[in-house]
Amino acid sequence: MSRLFVYLIPVFVIAVFMVMAHYEKRLAHDPTHRGFFDRNGTVLGVTFIALVAFWTLFLVVLPYLYMVQESFHPKLVAAERGGPKDILTLEQYRSFFIQPTDGEVNTTHLWAFFFSLAASAAVTVLNFAICYPLAYYMAQAGSVQKVRLLMLALIVPYWVNEILRAFSLRLLLASKGLINQVLMGVGLTDAPVDFLGNNVGLYVGLSYAYLLVMMFPLYNAVESLDKNQIEAARDLGAPWWRIHKDVVVPYAKPGIASGCTMVFMLSAGSLAAPQFLGGPQTLWFTSIVYDFFFQAFNWPRGAAYAFLLLAGCIALVMLMLRVFKVSLGETIK
Amino acid sequence: MSADVELDRVTVRFGQFTAVKEASLKIAGGEFFSFLGPSGCGKTTILRTVSGFLDPSEGAVRIAGKDMIGIGANKRPTALIFQNLALFPLMTVAENITYGLRVRGMSKADRRKRADELLHLIALPGQGDKLVSELSGGQKQRVAIARALAVEPQVLLLDEPLSALDLKLRQHMRNELRAIQQRVGITFIYITHDQGEALTMSDRIAVMNNGVIEQVGDGKAVYDEPRTSFVASFVGENNPFAGRVAKADGTGAVVETPFGLLRGRNPNGVKEGDKAILFVRPEALRVGEGSKDATVTSTVLNVAFEGNASHIFLKGADKKDITLTVGRLERVEIPEQGSTASVTYNPDLGLVLPEGKLARE
Ligand SMILES: Nc1ncnc2c1ncn2[C@@H]1O[C@H](COP(=O)(O)OP(=O)(O)OP(=O)(O)O)[C@@H](O)[C@H]1O
Ligand SMILES: [Mg+2]
Repeated sequence: MSRLFVYLIPVFVIAVFMVMAHYEKRLAHDPTHRGFFDRNGTVLGVTFIALVAFWTLFLVVLPYLYMVQESFHPKLVAAERGGPKDILTLEQYRSFFIQPTDGEVNTTHLWAFFFSLAASAAVTVLNFAICYPLAYYMAQAGSVQKVRLLMLALIVPYWVNEILRAFSLRLLLASKGLINQVLMGVGLTDAPVDFLGNNVGLYVGLSYAYLLVMMFPLYNAVESLDKNQIEAARDLGAPWWRIHKDVVVPYAKPGIASGCTMVFMLSAGSLAAPQFLGGPQTLWFTSIVYDFFFQAFNWPRGAAYAFLLLAGCIALVMLMLRVFKVSLGETIK
Repeated sequence: MSADVELDRVTVRFGQFTAVKEASLKIAGGEFFSFLGPSGCGKTTILRTVSGFLDPSEGAVRIAGKDMIGIGANKRPTALIFQNLALFPLMTVAENITYGLRVRGMSKADRRKRADELLHLIALPGQGDKLVSELSGGQKQRVAIARALAVEPQVLLLDEPLSALDLKLRQHMRNELRAIQQRVGITFIYITHDQGEALTMSDRIAVMNNGVIEQVGDGKAVYDEPRTSFVASFVGENNPFAGRVAKADGTGAVVETPFGLLRGRNPNGVKEGDKAILFVRPEALRVGEGSKDATVTSTVLNVAFEGNASHIFLKGADKKDITLTVGRLERVEIPEQGSTASVTYNPDLGLVLPEGKLARE
């Protein structure tokens, strides 16, 4: 029944579009304004509406809607779908908190959830700390040639695909890897440091994977700042850190917010880097989602988990935007 | 409190390129001093070395007798007003004005009080809570001045601050700037390529060309007693007549020009046979014949009426017209366009200078 509802939505939305197109003329304040169907003709008008509706529905809205409704169903074999057992239920969401098997608190998944969000937040902070000075240098301080070279050095590694990058990092950081060899060679440590086990690899890998995602919005924002603003602040007596705090960062805030949001969302949702570079004890939340879909074939529970992750991320991002007083509109400028 | 500023053989190079060559001068405390010169002559470069954003390649900058080497822009007793003002767009007017005080750790209440005083000084009382973007061009200008004055600098540096304003406002702001300078009594170093601005406001002017200071003096000296051909042609209008010196003595010289032998004063002591240029200002010329060595005859190309005065353009040598300005109330017969006319001048108002680069038109 609820599945049928999902398939009826397109018809409903097309109808809404039609009505909107029809009433557009009446709502327009300009009396010479011609209505949507007058402008385009009936056939073309209907085609436009159908195409836009198709695009938004089938490619954007429906897949998600399908997943949403899936998450409110029990896991059933194909034969039982649509049968009497196919009821609406919150059981998948409940299973995130309480183990369905033994009724215990689901500490593994709860911990993975909070760890993933916290680690992603840490990666975001780390990435910002790396990218802000770089972006500032490239946008305001560096000479043209050096900036070009730096830009190239930043971009070229991304021609290599993600898996290869993650693996090569793993090789570098492994207990017999280059870094440990060097550390032991110069006598800084006696035994190899377990970079992968203590999640250093995970943080490095994730930061590296989304470096450019942070870099470009930051660079764009800082680049458009008038150099004279910086000099004016300095001339008025501000030391360098104050110039950043009072002039550069406030100006670049939209760029910072958009870079941070994207890095956070992407690393919370990333799959490859945590799997290759995380320690054996580390369970990334997306891996759980992945396993529900492809190992356990439990799509309803996978969908429920994915939406929990999405909700968690959005809530955290909104909170941060609130705290730093950035409006959502600014981040997509 | 005001401070004197001394440039001691300051040279500034950017790679191979020398932007300022051996600039030496002393600006007295409380003086309104202008640097005047064409675009690209190194004015901004000099200002930036005084404010501390640039270090001289050679020579020294001294403020109040103290060598400024190694003292950063944020530690110097100067404040700079930028060509584009560089107000902080995300701060209110009052926050802009008191930014320098905030940096110095002044309390909020004191800052508020100081902002009110300064808003009064710049005739914008009660507008402290506006955003900078809500102000007009002239108001922004005044906010920039207040922001610089707030930190009580001993020297205020102004880099063509009026160039973005329209003519009327520019003239108004000239008077205002001069008045503010006299009220606060600190040293103003003002940069402009507009000679009208320099002449009306300054106590003294340094005329620059190609990184070299050509002449320093008050407005009258620079206008009436230019020492180089560049200064003579850059400051105010001037008619050059180039040629070789035919005769020279202590007081005067005669130059062999395309318009015959012409006479003028000889303050630089050019010698017979030297290449030289005789300069005669448009207002020094009048229609009619005078003594033979002070009369030019040529075709009238154009007559332009400009309200208080008329300008007559005669065909000159090298495509450059000879300009003559006639005041409205001088009852002279203005010659017809296309006719041939003679103009003459008092030889004391002609000036013979060694040949040199002229200012580009
Ligand atoms: N950072 C720099 N690197 C290289 N050359 C520079 C630099 N700054 C200025 N110059 C050069 O020095 C010369 C003088 O520049 P400056 O800015 O002092 O001119 P200006 O007199 O202020 O001109 P304007 O009236 O156009 O502002 C110019 O030829 C300019 O190209
Ligand atoms: Mg300049």
